[in-house]
Amino acid sequence: MQGSETKEKKPGRAGKMFRSAMDAALVPLLAIFTALVIGGIIIWMAGGNPIQAYAGLFQGAFGSAKALSETAVWATPYILAGLAVALAFRGGLFNIGAEGQLALGAVAAAWVGYALPGLLGITIPAIIHIPLAIGMGILFGAIWAAIPGALKAYTGAHEVINTIMMNYIALNTVSFLLNGPMKDKDPNNVIARTPEIALTARLPVIFPDLRVNWGFILALFCAWLVWYLLWKTTLGFEIRTVGANPDAAKYAGINVKWLITLTMALSGALAGLAGAIEVVGLNYRHELGFSLGYGFDAIAIALLGKTHPAGVVLAAILFGGMRNGATRMQFLTQIPVDVISVIQALILLFVAADEIIRYIYRIKQKEERLVLTRGWGG
Amino acid sequence: MAKRYGFIAIIIVILIGSVVLVGYQEVPAIVIIASMIATTIAVATPLTLGALSGVFCERSGVVNIGIEGMMLAGAFFGWLASIYMNSIFGFSATPSILAGVLAALLAGGLFALLHAALSITFKVDQIIGGTVINILAIGVTGFLNRQLFFEKGSIFGGQVPHAPGVLPRLHVPITELFQTWCGANTGTCFTVGESLNKIVDQKPIAISAILLVFISSYVLFNTRWGLRTRSVGEHPRAADTVGINVYFMRYANVIIGGLFAGLAGAYLTLESVPSFEPLMTNGRGFIALAAMIFGNWTPVGAWAAALLFGAAQALQINLQFFRELIPPNLAFLQQSYIVGLTPYILTMIIMTGVVGKTTPPAADGQPYEK
Repeated sequence: MQGSETKEKKPGRAGKMFRSAMDAALVPLLAIFTALVIGGIIIWMAGGNPIQAYAGLFQGAFGSAKALSETAVWATPYILAGLAVALAFRGGLFNIGAEGQLALGAVAAAWVGYALPGLLGITIPAIIHIPLAIGMGILFGAIWAAIPGALKAYTGAHEVINTIMMNYIALNTVSFLLNGPMKDKDPNNVIARTPEIALTARLPVIFPDLRVNWGFILALFCAWLVWYLLWKTTLGFEIRTVGANPDAAKYAGINVKWLITLTMALSGALAGLAGAIEVVGLNYRHELGFSLGYGFDAIAIALLGKTHPAGVVLAAILFGGMRNGATRMQFLTQIPVDVISVIQALILLFVAADEIIRYIYRIKQKEERLVLTRGWGG
Repeated sequence: MAKRYGFIAIIIVILIGSVVLVGYQEVPAIVIIASMIATTIAVATPLTLGALSGVFCERSGVVNIGIEGMMLAGAFFGWLASIYMNSIFGFSATPSILAGVLAALLAGGLFALLHAALSITFKVDQIIGGTVINILAIGVTGFLNRQLFFEKGSIFGGQVPHAPGVLPRLHVPITELFQTWCGANTGTCFTVGESLNKIVDQKPIAISAILLVFISSYVLFNTRWGLRTRSVGEHPRAADTVGINVYFMRYANVIIGGLFAGLAGAYLTLESVPSFEPLMTNGRGFIALAAMIFGNWTPVGAWAAALLFGAAQALQINLQFFRELIPPNLAFLQQSYIVGLTPYILTMIIMTGVVGKTTPPAADGQPYEK
């Protein structure tokens, strides 16, 4: 993150980190605030009481152990998919395909979960079965993203178009699989979904009676891992260099083509992991349509979190909390949960167009703009 | 482009040919071909209009991946306006639908204005700006749809009222002409007339889309406006030096693009089916974007690509009639899902540059700083 050091005094290391974190967080916080104000006006116009609605929203998101658990459940895929988009951004790539990578990861994990034991004719112990299911999800997500990555690196085909195309290929494929070869054969089943995964493939919950599972901890660990990768390893330095200036990276002797492919694969791996955890930790099967919308939400979360892992975690918890608390809000004020989508879009709008926020609150531009994409040509 | 048009023509012939191959024993080949072409033109309409939307935006130097969102906004607000006019203000069906089309244009234009402000004035990364448009359109249409139609105490009393219907099919009396010409109501001669009629009889927005392709092509390449549009998209600094207002040209073209996308939305709810569902654009805006790239940022090229994608969809639709007839050696066609992947895979192939080089406008995606 771009630290802002003042010339006059030199604060200590901790103080400096705090200050730079505050500087980075200022615009997103004001963006959230502004979006909530406009959202409040919309709620008021729809005949609801904004104070009551937001109180309900907060209560539903963070007001009890159960609420916190459900928020964490919502936040888990958001953290991982947000990290996927953020990591790609750091490498100068725009991954719009998190949705497809996530869906494919989920299907792959579900297949390992329900079909593999029968196929091998043995009961796989949990200690192998769970990692195997998760690993398969990661692998499929990675492959799915590596294809547009390699096409970008070796033919110059723009990754935005190709990740969108791969999204539709993935969603069509998943729909075909869940309606055909992988459909739950239970005679009572009419939905496009896979059978339930074996008990040995299920990720345990952290606390009894709450749905939050070890996937949440795994997601937080991944956030740390992405941070460590990006700022503490040579590979991460190379990824960021390619993201900042691919020409300079080339002259510095970095294998840019390989690195672009690898960055997309890592990004897809995170999205695939998000899908796998939804299956092994929460739903215990994959159902058509459950993943819809994660791709766009992930972009919003990555941008709100300023493409920094810590920011992504906070943004994901915020978005997860809003989705979770919305039900309570609707119960109290009869405002449909869909208003949350409007508020989240407004947050993204103000984060993207931070000049509006800077203008409203008279904040000077301090940091350098992060270059995210470069039109179709680059 | 010649290479690419040839490529497109071959694929369309293969797509239509495979349906003929499957069904010619039951239905005369000419009837199948006519039905395929008619369906292709109809389902290509939103793709064509969406691609034209992209052409105008990007020729002026603004990347537009928000076509999907503008289309969705057009579809919802057009539909909403037609219902309002019909059931609240008591207008009859046709004026209500026409008012709906106007509202769709307006909605597309307003979302485009936001995109223009984000990309031109605030210099937001244009791909992110387009993503904002998409997310905002999903949020706003989803919320209003629920709030207005499914909540108790709302204006429509918690139930979706009857939509005033869809735009009528225009009829050109070719069949009648052939009837007198052939002097019979049966036979090959009459069937030819009937088949031609099937292709020609399209609905108003489908016909306008085709006209707009050629009008757009003329405007872009033969008028002063077009020259200025292309100049701000290729080299805005040079354009500025000779006195062209870069910001104005970009704003105007992005908004024109929004009108096209809005009309594409109107096709979905006011010409195709008289109903709205959340997320009903279902990726058409993104396929339109692909058609624009496929057509190398030209209106006619984009139309050809839209027809190709339309033919793939028409194949899926028409094959359903012949499901039982599909011979074992063409069994893969039974999985209409595989045919459905054609547009996406073809786009990815095109993007690699195998079938001719794609060249976007030189300043596409770059904000202009005076």
